[in-house]
Amino acid sequence: SSHEHKLNFRKSKEACLSYIQDALLQKQWKRAAEFLTCYVESLEKDYSREHIGPSEMIWRIGTEILWHHSQSSMKEFNCFMEQMKTLGVKRYLKVCLEHVFHLLCNGQIDEAYQNLSLAESWRFGEQTAIQDKEMKLIEAYRGLLDYYSWSKQKNILLEHSEDGFSDLAVEQEMHGYFRKAAVSLKEIIKIPGVWDVFVKCYVDLLEFYGDHNEARQVLNEYAYNSKFPANPNAHVYLYQFLKRQGESKKSLISALKILHDIVPSHELMIDFNTMLQKSKKRKKRRLGLEVIFAALDYAGWKENAKAWSCLARQVKQIVISEKHLDWIKQEWNSRKDWWPAFHFSRYLAKRNWQENKSLSYEKALVAGILLGKDCKYFKYVSHQGCKAQLKKFRMLKKFVNRHNPVYLRISG
Amino acid sequence: RDFNERCAQCSEVNWGLTDGGRFYCRSCHHVTERTREVVNTDFITNSRVQTISRGSRKQEENDGGCEWYICEGFQLVLKKQAEALEALGVCPQMKDEILCNFWRCYLQKSKQAYCKRPAGETVKALSVCESSTDVDSDPERPSLLHLLSLSESEGDLPTDCSFASSASKVSESTSVYSGSVDGSLYLMKNQKEKLRMTMPMTLSFCYMALLWLREPITLSELLRFVVEGHIPYLNVFQHFPEKMKLCGLDLRIFCVESWPVYEEVFNKMHELAAFLDLPRFPDITDSCLLHPDMLCMKYLMEANLPDELHNWTCRVVKKIGIGEVDFLTLMPGNKSTRKVKYDVLAAAIIVVVLKLLFLLDDHYEWLLSEFAEERNKNNAEGGPYFEFKKWYEVVKQSLDVEQKKLDEERAKCLWRCEKPLFYSVKNKSKVLKRRQMVVNLQNQFGKLSGSVRRAEKPNPSTFQLSWSEENTDGSCFHGHSLKGVLQEKCGLLTAMNPDYWLCTVKLCNEKLCGHLAHYREVEFPQSYHFVLGLFSFLLRIQPSYIHDEVCMIEHKLFNKKLYKKLKYNTVLRK
Repeated sequence: SSHEHKLNFRKSKEACLSYIQDALLQKQWKRAAEFLTCYVESLEKDYSREHIGPSEMIWRIGTEILWHHSQSSMKEFNCFMEQMKTLGVKRYLKVCLEHVFHLLCNGQIDEAYQNLSLAESWRFGEQTAIQDKEMKLIEAYRGLLDYYSWSKQKNILLEHSEDGFSDLAVEQEMHGYFRKAAVSLKEIIKIPGVWDVFVKCYVDLLEFYGDHNEARQVLNEYAYNSKFPANPNAHVYLYQFLKRQGESKKSLISALKILHDIVPSHELMIDFNTMLQKSKKRKKRRLGLEVIFAALDYAGWKENAKAWSCLARQVKQIVISEKHLDWIKQEWNSRKDWWPAFHFSRYLAKRNWQENKSLSYEKALVAGILLGKDCKYFKYVSHQGCKAQLKKFRMLKKFVNRHNPVYLRISG
Repeated sequence: RDFNERCAQCSEVNWGLTDGGRFYCRSCHHVTERTREVVNTDFITNSRVQTISRGSRKQEENDGGCEWYICEGFQLVLKKQAEALEALGVCPQMKDEILCNFWRCYLQKSKQAYCKRPAGETVKALSVCESSTDVDSDPERPSLLHLLSLSESEGDLPTDCSFASSASKVSESTSVYSGSVDGSLYLMKNQKEKLRMTMPMTLSFCYMALLWLREPITLSELLRFVVEGHIPYLNVFQHFPEKMKLCGLDLRIFCVESWPVYEEVFNKMHELAAFLDLPRFPDITDSCLLHPDMLCMKYLMEANLPDELHNWTCRVVKKIGIGEVDFLTLMPGNKSTRKVKYDVLAAAIIVVVLKLLFLLDDHYEWLLSEFAEERNKNNAEGGPYFEFKKWYEVVKQSLDVEQKKLDEERAKCLWRCEKPLFYSVKNKSKVLKRRQMVVNLQNQFGKLSGSVRRAEKPNPSTFQLSWSEENTDGSCFHGHSLKGVLQEKCGLLTAMNPDYWLCTVKLCNEKLCGHLAHYREVEFPQSYHFVLGLFSFLLRIQPSYIHDEVCMIEHKLFNKKLYKKLKYNTVLRK
């Protein structure tokens, strides 16, 4: 007969785990500890067929509890981590790494460094090869801490040189850290992955020592190598580097183009649009318009006065020149159904006017062109502006009135 | 005991045995040099049992262990359990005579002792010096893996990592199969005829002895005491003497990782009674505490129901004849009578009475309650009328609290003990290391738990819920009156409720599908579920068991009506 309701070891431990889970979710650390105390004897039983065994459970749960519990000290935490390291050799490096993260969060840089060095020297038969990825990470973080030390030494050096000292010892140390850091960081960024912090630090090192070629190569690889996962930051870093290097607008634009494709709402789109607007090439200017419209599709940009001023400027310029009105028409086509409610409602008009007059000015200009002088937004803002006797609003009103036929052509 | 020499010092004949197996004079404590050849009597200090016949014993010098047989282990377990029961108030007769004799009888009938060993059943010690090649070449001897994979009702057992799962390890671990002499043989024998001893069966023995003595401890109570730790069950083996080394297959037999279930223990007990050819058990009369009238009174109190309901339970009992001596007394081997579960029966009677008086159709009982409430508000004379609604609220609240506590206790159950278990000597150090780590972690997180973790187990008590009449908040319903739901007809008190709904029109064949009826949540009124749930909690059994008994009672009670209906139907068809 089936006794499914029979209470056995496995069921009671499952129940125990669900109580722990509830306690953790409600941040009841004492209660979680209470149940964990009852759970730990699972270690004495074989769970080799389960996906996650008790030793991993205990490691993860115990870490959470000890990290958050008010009565737990760092000493206890470290002691626990050391025990966990002995529990599962297959997880050794992972536990080391997470331990290091906790130490760093707690500001214990030196201890973290010690642990990383120790872990680096760990060897355990075939496990060493199996845990190769974790080892690389450990080396990388050790390299990162070396970079951090390098950075400190560099600042000391700069201070001293300002004061007129020259400190050979500090300089030697600094170079030493550089070498160690560079080797490790270079290794990790060879592997496809998201290594933002490592890349930034490595590039910083290279730039300081004047190896711009290597830096450029690294950044190009990071941004353009298809084996690496698509990462907007890679393009941002490349762009910033090129800018620092004083590269041509052309290369800057090509760097930002991909960023626009991946993240049209990125904050650098303003810079991008600015560059594109000024370009002599028609295609680039066209792209500029596309870029700024795309950015303003996003809610986060609604109140960005700078973005609106970019759009306003470009729209105004097009209207005055009476060339390329079809550009506006194309961009407006897919937006005319929802932009009015999204950006140009009467409520927004009031609010924008109250909170940010220059924002309302730019928006009113755009609204007036796209929706005509009778649109709610323009009418309200221009009226308010004229009432307040602000000159530029009077100018705005005149401008829009004069160019009203444009609206008709756009909307048609 | 067979030693009849006079003591050298005081000339008395009053011998006892030291732990070392030597005789010592009880009067003057002079220890002789004479030792028993057999270690067995160390374990039994009170019986007239003869030693289990076997060959000479050898002391193993390497680890201080001795040869021991599985049934000796069980004997120890039973002794411990009997002692615990004695401590709970059971008469000493149980341990000294009844249980002892049952056990002897069992050993005899199962040919484990007190008889000539049948030819061909020599016990092969599958311990030291057996090499792996033997295992493969001998087709009759089962491989270790096979023995380990025999299905046990206990579920998973402590397996040391890849011990059972990797075939390649067999050769390494053949050094010790079991600490006992006959561990492997025990698991291997075809046990269908011989009723192999298991841990749950020890409780069957206990219950059988309790029933023979008509002690008031019901099976559900016994099992509850086991779970609460008042009766040794989990990890009893830690009380085995040092010399009895437990390892390998012994673990399969003595280490439990699940709590025994009522049905399991109950059925086994009846099998056992039949197997031992026991005569009719002592009569269960109406003065006996296991009689439905008595148990109903107890459960009514615990369920916080009015004492007046007792009249009704007695009436029902009388009407359907389940208070008769012949119905209640156990006659082993009689397959025609239904086996009586005294506790479940009593609970079911109460449920039926509640249905009789309150209908429990999720409407009528609330209606009656409203009337009672009205009456109680306006007229407090003569004591309060019983209000179902109030009772429900009070009991539900307590029940929820207790159920929550119980659920948490279940999750916090600790299955392991200090005595380490290992399958083979090779794994010993690993096991000990793990144990150490577990203890360390328990200490570390135990400190962070805040409250002191239950230092002692709660005192054993018959009542899990208690209600005091002294409470002024009116949360005790014992003294409440049923006047609100009764009426007088021809000088007899009957229920105002004219209706009754049967849990099932037709009873299933228990032998075919295991149950008399099938309890599925959706089909019954919530009040019925609640009442079943209440007793399910008190007795620690599944509601479906109580439901079965309810069906059985109803069918007895309304037998005539059902019979008529059936007859009517068949007449129609003709």
